[in-house]
Amino acid sequence: MHGTQGRAATSGHDHDGADHGTLGSYVTGFILSVLLTAVPFALVMTHALPAGQAIALALVLGAIQMVVHLVFFLHMNAASSRSWNMAALVFTLIILGIVVVGSLWVMHNMNANMMPGMMSGS
Amino acid sequence: MTAIAPALEDTASGIDLGAHADGHHDTQSKVTLGFWIYLMSDCIIFACLFATFSVLRHATAGGPDGREIFDLPYVAVETGCLLVSSFTYGLAMLAMNRDDRSWTMGWLVVTMLLGMTFVGMEIHEFAGLVAKGFGPDRSGFLSAFFTLVGTHGLHVTAGIIWMMVMMGHLMRRGLTEANRTRLMCLSLFWHFLDVIWIGVFTVVYLMGVAH
Repeated sequence: MHGTQGRAATSGHDHDGADHGTLGSYVTGFILSVLLTAVPFALVMTHALPAGQAIALALVLGAIQMVVHLVFFLHMNAASSRSWNMAALVFTLIILGIVVVGSLWVMHNMNANMMPGMMSGS
Repeated sequence: MTAIAPALEDTASGIDLGAHADGHHDTQSKVTLGFWIYLMSDCIIFACLFATFSVLRHATAGGPDGREIFDLPYVAVETGCLLVSSFTYGLAMLAMNRDDRSWTMGWLVVTMLLGMTFVGMEIHEFAGLVAKGFGPDRSGFLSAFFTLVGTHGLHVTAGIIWMMVMMGHLMRRGLTEANRTRLMCLSLFWHFLDVIWIGVFTVVYLMGVAH
């Protein structure tokens, strides 16, 4: 086996930038993800709820599943070794919110303020 | 992606030469942080595409809307493939931490096959839509749909190619420090794509059908 070169000096592998998961964390994340995927799909496919409520619930469950992935698969936490990753993530989420909410807001306003007849059946 | 690769290569070969004995973790965490920042910028690209899609959601120009063209059971299978592949990549990382090269390779192969199934299903879906005349040129809604979902699909394809390259690296050199760093970055990339897909199936498919 020639696969061990460069490995000798690096025994303590859990102190680096990306924390490693355990089998338990991956299994927990996987089971939660399956549930959080199956429920919104089932809700929409069976028409168990009115469209508005089903969409709201799907969005909430989707957001929760993203957090589940970040915690159990990407091992994001507030530990000091990951604080820069967390800072980058929080900054990105702020930009993301501005881009998405801002676009929808601006475009909605433009639609609403358009003179009648200028829109041809959207 | 391609811009990142040479930088990674340089750092990695620095490690291979063994120039700084206690700099390994420093280097690895710097590389993974840098890669994370790339992923965050990628996240902004997807945010723009999601915003575009949300604005154009009802701009069907007399063409079909989501309810008419989306097949939820099909999308559920695609979603399952990607979710299981995220889990199996996790198992590959666990095998890597045990210094078990065979199982690392094995789980990488499983992950790659699941990724290929996902991309294959997506291409099939796209081809079916285009054949029916519902291509990206049909309406603003379909342009935004193909751009958003297609960009995600291209990322997954890039991940699959990266996985093939990593298998070659593992076969030739084994679990070296450089290869571990690369596998760590690919892990971030792969899980990140699954997170984006949660947004896609919720905002595009579920919201499209529920309307």
